[in-house]
Amino acid sequence: MADHKPKGISRWLFTTNHKDIGTMYLVFSFIMFLIGGGMAMIIRAELFQPGLQFVDPNFFNQMTTLHGLIMVFGAVMPATVGLANWLIPMMIGAPDMALPRMNNWSFWILPAAFGLLLSSLFMEGGAPNFGWTFYAPLSTTYGPPSTDFFIFGVHLMGISSIMGAINVIVTVFNMRAPGMTLMKMPLFVWTWLITAFLLVMVMPVLAGAVTMMLTDRHFGTSFFDAAGGGDPVLFQHVFWFFGHPEVYIMILPAFGIASAIIPTFARKKLFGYSSMVYATASIAFLSFIVWAHHMFTVGMPVQGELFFMIATMLIAVPTGVKVFNWIATMWQGSITYETPMLYALAFVILFTIGGFSGVMLALTPVDWQYHDTYFVVAHFHYVLFPGAIFGTMAAVYYWLPKWTGRMYDEKLAKWHFWLSIVFVNLTFFPMHFSGLAGMQRRVPDYAIMFSDFNMMSSIGAFGLGLMQLLFAWILIKVCILEKGEKATDRVWEDAEGLEFTHLPSPAPYHSFETPPKID
Amino acid sequence: MSEQQTTEYEKYYVPEQSKLPFIGSIGLLLTAFGAGHMVQGNSSLSWIMYLGLAVLVYMLSTWWSSTIRESHDGLYSAQMSRSFRQGMIWFITSEVMFFAAFFGALFYGRVLVMEWLGGGSNNAATHDFLYPDFVPTWPMTSTPGELNNGAPTTWEAMGAWGLPAINTAILLFSSFTLTIAHHALIEKNRQTLILFTSITALLGVIFMMLQVEEYIHAYQEMGLTLGSGFYGSTFFLLTGFHGLHVTVGTIFLIVMALRCAKGHFTPKDHFAYEAGAWYWHFVDVVWVFLFIFVYIL
Repeated sequence: MADHKPKGISRWLFTTNHKDIGTMYLVFSFIMFLIGGGMAMIIRAELFQPGLQFVDPNFFNQMTTLHGLIMVFGAVMPATVGLANWLIPMMIGAPDMALPRMNNWSFWILPAAFGLLLSSLFMEGGAPNFGWTFYAPLSTTYGPPSTDFFIFGVHLMGISSIMGAINVIVTVFNMRAPGMTLMKMPLFVWTWLITAFLLVMVMPVLAGAVTMMLTDRHFGTSFFDAAGGGDPVLFQHVFWFFGHPEVYIMILPAFGIASAIIPTFARKKLFGYSSMVYATASIAFLSFIVWAHHMFTVGMPVQGELFFMIATMLIAVPTGVKVFNWIATMWQGSITYETPMLYALAFVILFTIGGFSGVMLALTPVDWQYHDTYFVVAHFHYVLFPGAIFGTMAAVYYWLPKWTGRMYDEKLAKWHFWLSIVFVNLTFFPMHFSGLAGMQRRVPDYAIMFSDFNMMSSIGAFGLGLMQLLFAWILIKVCILEKGEKATDRVWEDAEGLEFTHLPSPAPYHSFETPPKID
Repeated sequence: MSEQQTTEYEKYYVPEQSKLPFIGSIGLLLTAFGAGHMVQGNSSLSWIMYLGLAVLVYMLSTWWSSTIRESHDGLYSAQMSRSFRQGMIWFITSEVMFFAAFFGALFYGRVLVMEWLGGGSNNAATHDFLYPDFVPTWPMTSTPGELNNGAPTTWEAMGAWGLPAINTAILLFSSFTLTIAHHALIEKNRQTLILFTSITALLGVIFMMLQVEEYIHAYQEMGLTLGSGFYGSTFFLLTGFHGLHVTVGTIFLIVMALRCAKGHFTPKDHFAYEAGAWYWHFVDVVWVFLFIFVYIL
């Protein structure tokens, strides 16, 4: 097996290799994670005490907007795409992704898109300041000039995501080794297949939404203007038709990761494999018919509120199936607690907390009280940070030895985990209380009664921010300084999957040029 | 490592390094950056957008000519061909969803917003206080806001049975001619193939000319513009994006006609031709929906 790697910078700029592209996605997303995290630090510093301390309200709004956009489109999504690139071809026994050149194009659009987005910080009038949901008319009539660059940036992200998603779907359908039937595929492949389907279905709708915004801003149309016969609420419908599947786009890959890691460290087969597949598909289907639960307070007809409330609560059923399956997998297993398992366990527990607060928010009359409070912020940070991001971290610890051939520093990783657990809960748990007590999101100042909870959140956030630097150090030690003991080919005791059973550690530059035998 | 399968297996072609994707990203960046300045009226910087588009055209034509070359060199397997086919199908799916956003906006506006601006559902106050003179009708011919200010500009709605009906006939007929051409390709009837592919492309050109005619008529004689309220917004964005897709499809067909003349396709192996045909049928189906929901109803 010829294993030559091209040298120098052109290896990365012009590559067609799924592992190189996966690495670039992961590095890019980590950089974005640190930038978006830095913005979160500014937000939490401002909110450390009531009153205005460090930044003016307009800049605060720019920070909340960019923090959201960068974390969603720049950190979480590219991180899971990076994992998909690295893992899917190895997991299904393929030589590479189905369309390798398009794969590289998908990646290199991202730095362009985020360069454009971040450059808006330095433009006259400042960066977008209307929240990551860019509701009209804040983003149309009242948006700063940089909104146009934001719009074209979103178009670029959409192009990148659609091409990436098409690549994943085609790879899964067409590149599986003989014998790798659909129902033998690892769940990570399944969840990513369904994620990719969601991406193909909703990213074009987002492109439509920003296009309508653009023409409303500059070409005299009135999609979102009631005086012209349109409706600002129409924007919210189009946006959330994209936005709700989007949250599953962010979390489904993490479901797949947990389903890979828990069986390994429980030393048992995954409980209820096929029900996991069907549950994932049900979640994806339901995600298309629940979007207006983000809009309970806009004055929808009551029938609409009822429908979206009930449809939303239905999602708890397939999600519950998955959670119970993970628990049943661990039941009577001989569990050991290496770092990936710790992260996977934290994922199951804390994601479920986020799920429960989601059910609370799904109840229309209750949501009228919670809407746009810190309770919502607590909810989606619980599903995103200890959900999607812990899932990604679990994956990085789990597969890093396979990628690099070296074990990470288990002691430091344990520190990283336990301190993260403390800080993540310290940051986000008090937000439930301040939200229930009525604290509004996206406001730089607050009533004095919320001071204690906010101070706790801010201290937690600074700690959580520091932990990411520790994470960076752990990764640098393995990947750049090349320290750490050599990993075995199997890496973990009895780890399942072609990447562990059929490939050495580190995985060769080109794997499975001829397909492996699948029993 | 356990033994790998050594029985005969067609190798999947994984291309070597390529500069094109990176160049394409630069092209997209320039296009987006230039377009941002253009829409803000910074016309001195809009050349950046045209430069970006030029880079994209260069990149894509180079990319596609290299895939044609690779295909001729026999680098592609049946599996590769399936990858391309599936990729095209999912690309068209994403295009369908792009149009779905605008159709969704149209339905929402017509069915719900019109009624609500007229005071329906729980919106009596909206009607009474903001737009008391607005009577919801579709197609709407003046905006609620301007009616209220006392000096409304009005426009005519686009009828269905003039140019649009002719255009519908043209597009439907073009699907037939394309199918005839496709059958000729499979039956190795090269002359019919080239003739009918060219006829299809020509019908696309005629369609676009009539569409331009319709727009000129709308702007100059009917007072119907992009600024004509929600009706003008949905009318021009839906038909406009459709027209853009017809243009792309026509260029696609012209290239296919040229490639047919060069004898590029065999009855078994003609993915590019099929992709063009699928795209054309997709554009056709979108038009049928447009004709029904934008023009007739």
